[in-house]
Amino acid sequence: MHCCSHIILLFGQAICTVGDNCYRAVTFLKEGMLVWILFLLCQVGAPALAQDLCQRDAPNGYKVRISLKTALGEDAYEWNQSEMFFFQATMAFAMRRHFQMETYNVDNIILCVQTSRVSFWFVVTSPDNTTMLIPKADVEKAVRMSRHRINNAFLLSDRTLEFLGIYPTLAATVNPDTPPWLIVFGVVIGAVCAGIIALLVSSLLQKRRKEKGMTEDGQDEEDMQVKGVENGINLDGTYNRGFTDDDRFTKL
Amino acid sequence: MEDSKVGEERPKWNNKTEYLLTCIGFAVGVGNVWRFPYLCQIYGGGAFLIPYLIALVFQGLPLLYLELAIGQRLRMGSIGVWNSISPYLGGVGVASMVVSFCVSLFYNTIVAWVLWYLFNSFQEPLPWSQCPLNHNNTGYVEECVESTPVNYFWYRQTLNITPNMETSGSLQWWMVVSLATAWSIVYICFIRGIETIGKAVYITATFPYLVLTIFLVRALTLPGAYEGLIYLFTPDWEILKNPQVWLDAATQIFFSLSVAFGGLISFSSYNSQKNNCERDAVLVGVINSATSIYASIPIFAILGFKAHTNYVTCLNGNILALTNEFDISDMNITVENYEQWFDSLNGTHPSRVSDLNLKTCDLQTFLDQSASGTGLAFIVFTEAVISMPGSQVWAVLFFIMLFSLGLSSMFGNLEGILTPLHDLKLVPKWMPNELFTAIICLLSFLMALIFCLGSGNYWLEIFNSHVGSVPLLIIAFFEIIAVAHIYGIGRFSDDLEFMTGHRPNIFWKVCWLVISPLMLFVVLVAYVVAQAQTHHTYAAWNPDYVNFPDTEVLPYPDWVFAICVLLSSVPVISIPLVAIYRLVCCMSGRHSEDRLHNDPNPYANEVQSQKHVPVPIA
Repeated sequence: MHCCSHIILLFGQAICTVGDNCYRAVTFLKEGMLVWILFLLCQVGAPALAQDLCQRDAPNGYKVRISLKTALGEDAYEWNQSEMFFFQATMAFAMRRHFQMETYNVDNIILCVQTSRVSFWFVVTSPDNTTMLIPKADVEKAVRMSRHRINNAFLLSDRTLEFLGIYPTLAATVNPDTPPWLIVFGVVIGAVCAGIIALLVSSLLQKRRKEKGMTEDGQDEEDMQVKGVENGINLDGTYNRGFTDDDRFTKL
Repeated sequence: MEDSKVGEERPKWNNKTEYLLTCIGFAVGVGNVWRFPYLCQIYGGGAFLIPYLIALVFQGLPLLYLELAIGQRLRMGSIGVWNSISPYLGGVGVASMVVSFCVSLFYNTIVAWVLWYLFNSFQEPLPWSQCPLNHNNTGYVEECVESTPVNYFWYRQTLNITPNMETSGSLQWWMVVSLATAWSIVYICFIRGIETIGKAVYITATFPYLVLTIFLVRALTLPGAYEGLIYLFTPDWEILKNPQVWLDAATQIFFSLSVAFGGLISFSSYNSQKNNCERDAVLVGVINSATSIYASIPIFAILGFKAHTNYVTCLNGNILALTNEFDISDMNITVENYEQWFDSLNGTHPSRVSDLNLKTCDLQTFLDQSASGTGLAFIVFTEAVISMPGSQVWAVLFFIMLFSLGLSSMFGNLEGILTPLHDLKLVPKWMPNELFTAIICLLSFLMALIFCLGSGNYWLEIFNSHVGSVPLLIIAFFEIIAVAHIYGIGRFSDDLEFMTGHRPNIFWKVCWLVISPLMLFVVLVAYVVAQAQTHHTYAAWNPDYVNFPDTEVLPYPDWVFAICVLLSSVPVISIPLVAIYRLVCCMSGRHSEDRLHNDPNPYANEVQSQKHVPVPIA
């Protein structure tokens, strides 16, 4: 819009510098009409100019797709003109951040073809020459650099704020030094080995104790036999020693 | 027999509970969770229960009662028992032992896989929920993108499977490590024989029921659970006319009860003789079937949830495509009004709609994607678990449950190897039991390393379908013929009266004499015929296949086919061999002194113990 006022001002200045002694009453009327016609032309012309730059499938433009309800559910805000302005401001910020020398403004971001999806196309014009578009590759670099900031500005994510043609970089998977499964395995096998050793040692000790007990209780075994206790069961009758193969008595 | 040392008794169970839990744990295995629900699904839901229960009553329970009874009466492992009943049928015991050994090789490999998944469940996010990045971080690994992350984790990161059986690949070290853990855990439970097993089964036999109940409660609150359950249990009575259903029901009962392994005979041989084994048999059989039915409820609720999730994802993909193409406001098309929108858009812009290549999303198709075996546990179920909130907890619980089920079945398998070897007195006197068990576990671990190769899964499938099937049927057939006809129903009834206090009723006698042998014979013949006709191909995972991610169907190479035939026949070859050997020995004179007693009379047990009764002094 400000280009129109520039043109009118310049034209007005041009008219008045012709002669200070111009017949102000008549020329004033003529000037007014001219200004009014120029104003109308500007209103129609400037957007038409911008419209040529931004259109569906523009060679240097990107389509943006926003899924508010998918991302935010009930907390979704309404997408209106203010949000569009915010988008322009965010993109201008992204361009400034990438090309640090040049001062991009909200007017440099031109939006068009808005649908209720919500989706729209945008192109970026150069701050020095508003008819020149910034090439696609540079816009992509700027978007990639500030993607995280842009997402957060709108409370969205890579999936719900899509720049069609600019693929999000894949998150690098966290690779710990020791795989977690090895840790669990180590714990389990350590416990099992400790258990095996403990059980084997206790069996060994038990056996040693039993052997020691048996040599000491050798007498008791025989007494038990005499009393007629076999395998822990009391049997009736007395054991007849005459039928034993008994080494206790010395051989003749 | 115990006539060697006066002081050395046969080990016995601490209490009846330990014995029952061990038998139940042996019978209830991973098959109850991943085979029975699948059969229920493909054979018309509730209608499958009819052939299943008939097979249980007329085939399963008689066999179970028979094994527990002869083990308890003769107080020996499988080899000793069959030698006692008839020396010519001693080969049945040897066959049982060989089959137990082969089955324990591949069964513990499955337990090792479960352990691997268990170790990997302690991560956030779960490793099978997303594809890994490729080398230069530009995208995801291609094999993973073309199939699914779950498939990729199973076939590549777990098995590292080769494209066919001829390519053996190399030993996968992480699999070797998991297998070593599995065998170590089995060893520590076996260290002191049934003393330690009896303690371990308190956990391994009861924990699966706890987890199944937790899953039941969780699964019933998930969306899509009711569709899954209705799909499972809706009976299709027409299916009963298909003889394949009856065959599968009989084989399922047979393999589910873990008879003919010799493990049950060993377990019951540690009982005192005056134990009511009839009640034990009925209890174990009924609990085994009840567990199968109980397990299928949460499994199918979760499968229904998975189908529902896939259906919603499919629809959402279509909705997004339509929304983007026609620039409709976000979330205007929902799952509920999708049909109306689709019809109206298709009516106005048919060409644009057809260009989108929308997928047809049908809930029934997703429900029909059934799987059994390792496919159910490691692919389908893991995919369902990702969508559940708190996935790590559910994954850990599920894999601990599978581990307990597998471990308690391994007890029976290993017992079927160790007890006959002890009874055959093949163990040198100087070797303590712990060392002998360690040697057997180490040998089995080393032999099972073939399943840790790249082509290991293909070999496991071969072992599973050839060792764990026809030989068992043959052994069971000879068992029942031996007891019912060679040993004699009369003598057997006397034994049962001695043990339980009453003679077996007419139902048992008719089953043992006629019905069960007949059913077994029919099942055996039908199974062999079915095997001979169909299984000459296997499904290979080949990323270079044209139709990848479908598996490539390849024929078995000739040498592999020869191995299959060997695996089916070598275990049972001992039956005729031993019979011939005994015949030859008998023909050449009755002077052969073999280590086993010459007298086939099982009452020799009491006759010899009489020698130690003290003579009263006159």
